[in-house]
Amino acid sequence: MELTGLIAYVIFFLSLAGVYALLALGLNVQWGYTGMLNIGIAAFFAVGAYTSAILTSPPTAVPGGFGLPIPVGLISAMLVAGVLALFIGLITLNLRTDYLAIASIGIAEIVRLFLKNEEWLTNGVRGMSGIPKPFSGLVPGADALLFLGVVVALVLLVYWANQRAYGSPWGRVLRAIREKEVAASAMGKYTLLFRLQAFVYGSCIMGLAGAVYAHFVGFISPEAFDPLFATFLVWVMLIAGGSGNNRGAILGAVAIWTVWSLTEFLTTRIATEHFSLSQLAAMRVFMIGLLLQVILLLRPQGILPEVPPKPIRDADK
Amino acid sequence: MSVLRMDSVYGGYGGADILCGVSLEIGPGEIIAVIGPNGAGKSTAMKAVFGLAKVRQGSIHFMDKNITGLAADRVVQQGISYVPQVDNVFPSLSVEENLDMGAFLRKDDFSAQKRKIYELFPPLAERRTQSAGTLSGGQRQMVAMGRALMLDPKLLLLDEPTAGLSPRYMDQIFAIVRDINSLGISIMMVEQNARQALGLAHRGYVLATGANRFSDTGANLLANEEVARMFLGG
Amino acid sequence: MVTEVLQLIIYGVIYGSIVALGAVGVSLTFGVLRFANFAHGDLMTFGAYMVLAAYVGFALPMWLSVIVALAMTASLAVLIDQTLFRRFRRANPMILLISSFGVGLMVRSLVQIIWGGSTQVYDPGIQFPYQFWGLRIRPDHLIILGGTLVLVVVLHLFLQKTRMGKAMRAMADNPDLARISGINTDRVIIWTWIMGASLAAAAGYFLALDSRLQPDMGWFILLPVFAAAILGGIGKPYGAIAGGFIIGITEELSTLILSPAYKPAVAFALMVAILIFRPTGIFKGAR
Repeated sequence: MELTGLIAYVIFFLSLAGVYALLALGLNVQWGYTGMLNIGIAAFFAVGAYTSAILTSPPTAVPGGFGLPIPVGLISAMLVAGVLALFIGLITLNLRTDYLAIASIGIAEIVRLFLKNEEWLTNGVRGMSGIPKPFSGLVPGADALLFLGVVVALVLLVYWANQRAYGSPWGRVLRAIREKEVAASAMGKYTLLFRLQAFVYGSCIMGLAGAVYAHFVGFISPEAFDPLFATFLVWVMLIAGGSGNNRGAILGAVAIWTVWSLTEFLTTRIATEHFSLSQLAAMRVFMIGLLLQVILLLRPQGILPEVPPKPIRDADK
Repeated sequence: MSVLRMDSVYGGYGGADILCGVSLEIGPGEIIAVIGPNGAGKSTAMKAVFGLAKVRQGSIHFMDKNITGLAADRVVQQGISYVPQVDNVFPSLSVEENLDMGAFLRKDDFSAQKRKIYELFPPLAERRTQSAGTLSGGQRQMVAMGRALMLDPKLLLLDEPTAGLSPRYMDQIFAIVRDINSLGISIMMVEQNARQALGLAHRGYVLATGANRFSDTGANLLANEEVARMFLGG
Repeated sequence: MVTEVLQLIIYGVIYGSIVALGAVGVSLTFGVLRFANFAHGDLMTFGAYMVLAAYVGFALPMWLSVIVALAMTASLAVLIDQTLFRRFRRANPMILLISSFGVGLMVRSLVQIIWGGSTQVYDPGIQFPYQFWGLRIRPDHLIILGGTLVLVVVLHLFLQKTRMGKAMRAMADNPDLARISGINTDRVIIWTWIMGASLAAAAGYFLALDSRLQPDMGWFILLPVFAAAILGGIGKPYGAIAGGFIIGITEELSTLILSPAYKPAVAFALMVAILIFRPTGIFKGAR
């Protein structure tokens, strides 16, 4: 491969890894900090992507065509994902967390059906194309690099916010809820409010990741948000990297995205005349599924385990 | 030969020790009452026997066999049955099914044993098909004790069998404890109603802060002024 | 209009049978093991393809193929439990749920690796429906209804009359008490998987009869299955059966006013309503 091609691939690779890092950081607040099971990441990811796509695409585009600036798209993506999270959170967060997991796949399924069937808004299965890419033509040849810069900046921003939250009193309460749900529920409605905040915040980040993704690839369709790509890989990333650890979430995103890309390499080496493309794709999924089980068995705390800040009461020991 | 012997047992639930040197002994056919203030480690001592609390130091022998640290499902096979204080029935199962579950380990025909239990607890015989969750507190306690007796144990552990019961049921349960004992079954009973328990028991142990404080016959403990003042409410 | 509604109710009962059999399995494993098994839909898929393997691959008679599929699916579930889930039981129970989500994907991709991604059927050709009073029903539908009836009766006898079935209910009621009563909880767990997975395999076979085989079929029905289990009060197998039929009939009737594409959304809406107003399920019982 020639050098420019390689560089272009690395930029492409890192940009997508950055999108996944955002998703993993969002999930880290929900699962890592608070112990809430969101199996419907795809829903928040997709809602963010479509929101920004509809709001920012040029007036010639049908559907959408509001032609708003991209930053407005990103913020709106977060808001809409947050509202969706608020709705699902209010229903399930005072129940056992299994119910949240089940309700979240329900939301993901309904979002999927909505995107497929409401053609007036989403163009259905054909998907939306012509989503504006920032920087295009600004500096010839460097737009991809500039975009990667924005992705990295957003990842760092969310990382910083997550870290701040983790050490704050708010983060302490979340961990208390995670560790001793029963005891914390003595605080009743108060606990529910904290869980709700964490769930909405995490989902906003997922919505942001969706918007970034939409502007990166310029074309989205319901297929891009199937539970494998948009939900399962994120879970593997966070668990591999280290639940509760923001650096772990980012590291896991890059590491698993690398592994996932390598599996493509691997499967194309297998005699392709014996297997169809869909069979080769299934082999990759199987390998990632197996990897998750191995991690859960051998290193459930992940590569970078959670490092809780020193509790205050340790001082007087 | 003693039925059960605890020798200076230390332990608890993984954190700090709750038991700090508990020793007690139960002879064949004896009723032993374990009393003491809240947090004295009475229930924990019982759970240690049944493998539900960790023994860090010391030993527990049942019929001269060392059962220290044996898991609960193995302890029950030795011939010890345990009735927890709360959640001690299967609420959606019928009375009869609750008894059947107590006999899960038995491969032989246990219908004779079931008949014996219905004789011991006549109210249960009338409610065989009623689900245990719909029974009154006293009747539930009977189901729980009946379930524990299905394996025909040599030793029965009762964790506060009269807690939360009305006085009428309390007397009834104490009478049943005596009936069970008259079948030759040794009984270890943790009780809050110390006076009645000591009146019933052959011997009693008073625990405080996880260790033995007094041990004597039930009658002597009742007569002991210090015990009366400190643990029997004057 | 009346005929149309009756026809939809018939379809609802047929679809409801499939959902109910799936939901019973979810409810059994939830009751005994205390976790929502996200691989359950894919066990259904596996069962459906095992029937295909035995019936088309080995040319066995259909009834025998179904029995083989039930046994294979039960074995797979026990294998998964013993190699993976058993090791996660002592840890955070939520880890079990995540693991099962991954296991589901593995089963689904295994099916896709072996049989490919395209849709398949057991018997090519069109079945002519029976007609009576303007209502139509296919012979396959009668198999589904009859099969479900038999399985529900077998399940009922198992839970009420056998030692293991009673122990399963006991463990769902109070696992700690089950252990201290001397119930062999490991064996109860294995039997729970055998029952749950067998019913899943049957449900998968019926689902494939009703429509066709496809590696995603079980994943897509997971939402109505969970909804039915929650409707009936999760952990209560009898509630799950009722929940399945309610979901099935409501989904079909909803097509009178909604686009059929949104059928799964109707299951979800019912589930949300029950979570808001009665989280313990429509049937009395506290948990």
